[in-house]
Amino acid sequence: MKNVDIVIIGGGPAGLAAAIGAYEAGARDILILERENALGGILKQCIHNGFGLHTFKEELTGPEYAQRFIDKVREYNIPYQLDSMVLDINAEKVITCVSREHGVQQFKAGAIILCMGCRERPRGALGTPGERCSGIFTAGTAQKLVNLEGYLPGKKVVILGSGDIGLIMARRMTFIGAEVLCCVEVMPFSGGLKRNIVQCLDDYNIPLYLSHTVIDIHGKDRLTGVTIAEVDSHMNPIAGTEQYIECDTLLLSVGLLPENELSEMAGVKISPNTSGAVVDETLQTSVPGIFAAGNVLHVHDLVDFVSEESELAGKSAANYVKQAQQGTVSHRQVVMGNGVNAIVPQQISFTPDHDVHMMFRPRAVYKGAVITASVGEQTLYTKKARILAPGEMVNFTLKKDDLTAANPDLPLTVEIKEAA
Amino acid sequence: MNKMLTCIGCPMGCQIEVELDDNGNFVSSKGWSCNIGKRYAQEEVTAPVRTVTALVEVEGRQEPLSVKTANPIPKGKIFDCLAELKKVKVHAPVAIGDVVVENLCDTGISLVATKNIL
Amino acid sequence: METSYDVIVIGGGVVGCAVARELSAYDLKIALLEKATDICAGQSRANTAIIHGGYDAKPGTLKAYYNVKGNGMFDEICGELDVPHEWNTSLVVSFGPDEDPQIDELYERGLKNGVPGLEIIDHDEIMRREPNINPEAHRALLVNNGGIVCPYELTTAYAENASINGVTFFRSTPVTNIFKENGSWIVETPSARFSAKAVVNCAGIFSDEIHNMVSADKLEIQARKGEYYLVDKKYASTFHAAIFQVPSAMGKGILVARTVDGTVLLGPTAEDIDDKTEKRTTAEGLAKALAGARRTWPNLPGRAFITEFTGLRAHCTRNEFIIGEAADAPLFFDAAGVESPGLTSAPAIGKDLAKMVSEALHAAPNAKFNPIRKGIPKFRELSNERRAELIAQNPDFSKVICRCETVTEAEIREAIRRPVGAVNVDGIKIRTRAGMGRCQAGFCTPRTLEILSEELGVPLETLLKSEPGSRYVYGKIFD
Repeated sequence: MKNVDIVIIGGGPAGLAAAIGAYEAGARDILILERENALGGILKQCIHNGFGLHTFKEELTGPEYAQRFIDKVREYNIPYQLDSMVLDINAEKVITCVSREHGVQQFKAGAIILCMGCRERPRGALGTPGERCSGIFTAGTAQKLVNLEGYLPGKKVVILGSGDIGLIMARRMTFIGAEVLCCVEVMPFSGGLKRNIVQCLDDYNIPLYLSHTVIDIHGKDRLTGVTIAEVDSHMNPIAGTEQYIECDTLLLSVGLLPENELSEMAGVKISPNTSGAVVDETLQTSVPGIFAAGNVLHVHDLVDFVSEESELAGKSAANYVKQAQQGTVSHRQVVMGNGVNAIVPQQISFTPDHDVHMMFRPRAVYKGAVITASVGEQTLYTKKARILAPGEMVNFTLKKDDLTAANPDLPLTVEIKEAA
Repeated sequence: MNKMLTCIGCPMGCQIEVELDDNGNFVSSKGWSCNIGKRYAQEEVTAPVRTVTALVEVEGRQEPLSVKTANPIPKGKIFDCLAELKKVKVHAPVAIGDVVVENLCDTGISLVATKNIL
Repeated sequence: METSYDVIVIGGGVVGCAVARELSAYDLKIALLEKATDICAGQSRANTAIIHGGYDAKPGTLKAYYNVKGNGMFDEICGELDVPHEWNTSLVVSFGPDEDPQIDELYERGLKNGVPGLEIIDHDEIMRREPNINPEAHRALLVNNGGIVCPYELTTAYAENASINGVTFFRSTPVTNIFKENGSWIVETPSARFSAKAVVNCAGIFSDEIHNMVSADKLEIQARKGEYYLVDKKYASTFHAAIFQVPSAMGKGILVARTVDGTVLLGPTAEDIDDKTEKRTTAEGLAKALAGARRTWPNLPGRAFITEFTGLRAHCTRNEFIIGEAADAPLFFDAAGVESPGLTSAPAIGKDLAKMVSEALHAAPNAKFNPIRKGIPKFRELSNERRAELIAQNPDFSKVICRCETVTEAEIREAIRRPVGAVNVDGIKIRTRAGMGRCQAGFCTPRTLEILSEELGVPLETLLKSEPGSRYVYGKIFD
């Protein structure tokens, strides 16, 4: 068994940035384990533009954005292993990995950074009745088939769910000559970015049906059509609104799930709200020395924030292995008040050594509401927001001095105060 | 003549109504709630542009090359450009930033590679 | 193509493959014809995967006889064929005193059927064994010889073993007519005209159509649809036993049954339908399956499901298995109307039919018969030492293609290369579990298609999910 200071599971945007963060914080004995045959993760297939505005002040495509980080990892000579699938992590931070080159390997890590990303919710998780034919793809699978393998998944397409990958694929399928008939969203609002609605749907006259869903799937062998219907406020189909749409392809963009199988093997506590690890402001999980960042921690909208978060995880892991003794830190809990969902971090040490970046998703659409973060009567942050929507993550920063000064007996409560 | 737009500046997605004169020139706009919307509306009705990302065949490979227009091109030319790309075939190796097509469809804008193919 | 055989078996489900394998123990020239693109395409692909104890069928029926006899053969057959099975017991539970008499009745029936080791247990014992069951559980029949088995692997294992013992498999070969000509059976298909001394009808849901081609004693198979939910393997330990509710006229009711792979099946519903090819799930059917399952498992989480599916049972209107030589068609044998407990009965039906056919044809034993089949190594279940050894022998074992079920490239390639190997994506799924996990093939489909294309030497765009027309992609984007 080989000892390594910091092992990073995953060489996508999170893993690359975590490695850079760890290196820049002084760590040198780092290893990235990547299961595919190239670094870059999901960005390899995200050939559309719109990445990096926040980080590089220019608009890059996914592969270009990834390459900037890959170049940096190479410049720093940070070791990585490709085609290396991690099969197990235990609470003693022993990692079991399998690869063509090295067979079965075990590493004993000083610290681990979980950067496994997320996966798409499949049809089965929705429970949509109908036939079990071919022609139903998650949007990401179709994206891979088109952008990385050059295959045409279908010619007449319906998109279920208005998440960003679905919207991006509406435009991509149009570009490669398919006819995209509509995008169907069960919620009364889209989960995607406004810019994608305009530039991927409106630009190509693809209708978006809000408060609609697919209620039946037709076609014994290949998909021949779907039945869509309007839904009521409880998301139940409204009788009489059924509409048959002839199509050969259904793309699903109905949510992403952090891939925490390995985290759970290591005994990391998972939050039911984010489906990712419970972490503190250093992004350390419930298992000392195991950190998490990127979409495995919580699903992000923008890769820029994945990179930023992961660099912090890298830095924290480097600090963790540097400290001769790693005592237990006690934490203040973060409470999700009105309108707040999927907050990260879920706990903050009483004396944080840096300002704390908070992220959450609004539970609904709010206009003119006020975001507040408070400890008891003391308000640490307040800001009026013109609009808040579940599709766009809210980011704000709490000052470390304010947190340190706040009453240690009380939790931090983050809430949305709705406009009267 | 009036035209309706959805602002892409933020999740508000303000519905902006733009007034144009008979020659299609911008006259005024309303419905935006900040300067981002005001500016977007004027640009979008007078000279809408888009960065186009696409795929190009690589000789002897199944995996396509991803490409983009180096700058945004006029929105009305998107499908002309895509049609043009169907005729292009590149040879490996290709590096990010390599020019694949110069002056794409007389837009004055180049098409560049967005990934490395060894 | 050779078209003249001693025996033609029609149908490549678990019964047909078992019959073919048992027949291959005799010195006979055998072909198996399957109408679908792959074996294990009908009832054998979509069922509850239970080794039934034998308490349910009416005493004196063939269903009771074959259930009890087949049950007793599983250790031997699964040992020979390397098929996973587990004796995790079954419980038939009453959820109130009003249902108790049915429990007692099943117990009596089980005794008459010769089922060993039946017990009646009370509420406390039920709760001790199954702490997650609905606490209204009142009384239960404990079936100690109840178990679970992988139905796909049992079917493919029978087929592989039959194949190495000389049986020729013809897939995508539907039988369109059968008649006698010059003392031989002629079996017509769109691709060839076969002849045989004897024919065995194992056509499942279509076994009436095959039987009625040769016999005046007409059979009728009623397709009985059952809808299921499949629950994530995260919940594998919720119940130890397969949990049944008291049966109804339509079947054994809604089960909550763990599979040998750790997922949990909820279902099936029971609804008679006209279309024998229907595989749709419906909002109503799924709601029924769910409501029924919640009666057993009240805390069933709403987001536990990984997929839903439909299976059809071949219910004979005579409510009995039809096994043996047709009275008015010598050397035409039936295994017709084999619905539940057909999977449990298959080993016994296979043995009995092989015996009947071989006796009728005066066949000698096959001296070269090898009863042993080894399964594809399951990388996910191996020790790290064994994994390292396999990778050293074949580096393709290092490449995990299906991440959810940890299925490697070596397993997928072997599933294609084996006798009666996979020819499409669903074929790989049933032979390796690739694509059966919680992401439902999102990650692995593109790579699986590439491997199939390489191994079969056909363009990727021609590959199917299962039946003709079920292709995945419509060509290349630059075509």
